[in-house]
Amino acid sequence: MYRYDEFDARLVRERIVQFRDQIERRLDGRLAEDQFKPLRLMNGVYLQLHSYMLRVAIPYGELNARQLRALAHIARTFDRGYGHFTTRSNIQFHWPALIDVPRILEALAEVEMHAIQTSGNCIRNVTTDPYAGLAADEVEDPRPWAELIRQWSTFHPEFSFLPRKFKIAVIGAPKDRAAMRTHDVGLEVVRDLNGALGFRLFAGGGQGRTPYIGQEVSPFVPAASLFAYLTALLRVYNRHGRRDNIHKARIKILVQSLGIDRFREEVEAEFDALPKASLELPQGEAARIAAYFAPPPFETLSRPSDAFDRALFADPDFARWTRSNLKPHKQPGYAAVVVSLKPVGGVPGDATADQMDLVADLAERFSFAQARVAYDQNLILPHVKLDDAPALFRALADAGLATANSGLAGDIISCPGLDYCSLANARSIPVAQALSQRLSDPQFQSNVGPVRINISGCINACGHHHVAHIGVLGVDKQGEEFYQITLGGSPDETASIGTIVGKGLAGDAVAPAIERALHRYLDLRNEGELFIDTVRRLGTEPFKEAIYAVA
Amino acid sequence: MKVLTANRLTDGAVVWLGDHDVWTLDFDSAALLDAATAEGALAVAEDDAGLLVAPYLVEVDAQASVEKRERLRETIRAGGPTAGHSLRSD
Repeated sequence: MYRYDEFDARLVRERIVQFRDQIERRLDGRLAEDQFKPLRLMNGVYLQLHSYMLRVAIPYGELNARQLRALAHIARTFDRGYGHFTTRSNIQFHWPALIDVPRILEALAEVEMHAIQTSGNCIRNVTTDPYAGLAADEVEDPRPWAELIRQWSTFHPEFSFLPRKFKIAVIGAPKDRAAMRTHDVGLEVVRDLNGALGFRLFAGGGQGRTPYIGQEVSPFVPAASLFAYLTALLRVYNRHGRRDNIHKARIKILVQSLGIDRFREEVEAEFDALPKASLELPQGEAARIAAYFAPPPFETLSRPSDAFDRALFADPDFARWTRSNLKPHKQPGYAAVVVSLKPVGGVPGDATADQMDLVADLAERFSFAQARVAYDQNLILPHVKLDDAPALFRALADAGLATANSGLAGDIISCPGLDYCSLANARSIPVAQALSQRLSDPQFQSNVGPVRINISGCINACGHHHVAHIGVLGVDKQGEEFYQITLGGSPDETASIGTIVGKGLAGDAVAPAIERALHRYLDLRNEGELFIDTVRRLGTEPFKEAIYAVA
Repeated sequence: MKVLTANRLTDGAVVWLGDHDVWTLDFDSAALLDAATAEGALAVAEDDAGLLVAPYLVEVDAQASVEKRERLRETIRAGGPTAGHSLRSD
């Protein structure tokens, strides 16, 4: 993985010194809150419902064992013993004291981490495919490009005060495992007919109260021109994006109001006018960064693995877990392993300090000390030998981290909701917990197969409910929580926004209603047809009927 | 009637203005303020930038029960999360 050079290290250290001083001035009254607030937000410190919240960047979701242990240490020492992994592959600590933040940032800097670009109207932490570098369908590893975008965007003076926040995702395969089309800018690494590397570029995706799927701005931006093109695009947004209305300030609104063709013309005109030489990557820089992401020293393994096959035969729980939580790896004899942060009845995305320490240990033992955070709020051990899978399974299972539900109904995405968040209108976690309990039967989940269920506690949609196959949105009606169900959304390369099926349900009615909808799917599906495809074939009506059926 | 709430600057803890202008961590000890007193207390709190952050008034009825729209939010804010890992170590 990428290691800090002297510039990175200095930049992070200098920022801590600066922010420590700002906190001191806030505490002794020299800075008022309205002066301090934008400064703390630039350092990832939010004020939430009960306390401050610190959001720590995990650039493109990649972590090593040392970093995981540092996160565990922070959770234990400065928080309440856990952290919450988010849909943007960051981690949030929900209970830090402001006076402890400089020490937390010091602990992060020790392991080359920080809280920069996790808030404010800047280019945010870049995300990618959690299976980057190991997926067989990959054109090229997107992580070096994510890292280059990070370097280019961090403290970019021209793009530090955009009309609104700006999120970029980069994928390296035609299969979209990073919800790329829901981002302000989405990039897909592609090759042209001559084999030259470039990017298919999407813009204007976003969720919130006006959700849109990103539209293609360019089918091919040559790799050498990436930063010139991004600069042109961000200039157009910086110039024309609305600053008068926070609800209309994201680039998605600009793309919609201009139309994709006009928007493209504006970007192309800006691009043509740019002095490109200064924006081109220096010769050899892409290769230099790519070297950080070289594959680890894999063993040459003969397939199949005897240990793996014996465990499959002997242990049905292991066999079930391998079917859902082991993902294909291009290196023969290896797999990527999903460490489920979705135990039955648990809080989606939460990991205790002890669990983080354990995953760090297991990463060292079994996965070249590497781990990842996926956008679905799970952790991943990316490079595990099939021979080691049985031992890994037992270690994870002992710590409650081996729920066999990756990609299944129990793999619920949820924001923290009104239990923690000051923006939320309704609670998310209790609904996720009830649903996870209700759908806990592994046989049922296995019958239903892949289905994405997401819950947001307000229309800001941090739980990505718009692009869930089954989405749940919490709303507040005169102090009572209700939950709207959406159907037919999808976060992948066939991305779509779900449609609301009808009036909101009471909290305790959500889980039974969704269970009925899943049973209706089992009744209606064609042989081998996935849930989302049945919804697309039949429309929402039969499912709506099931959702509102009186039990 | 109203109660005045804020977060403590140093650690973000939720506080309410109690009797005798003393801030309290306990919602049940919050002072019930009439409209004029409430506005005055809010102005004082907004000025006390070294101690508090984000002070605001919450509408309550005579039994200090939070009214409709804000009821859910303020109940959870006063009582703490109803779910999650925070419960275990509280």
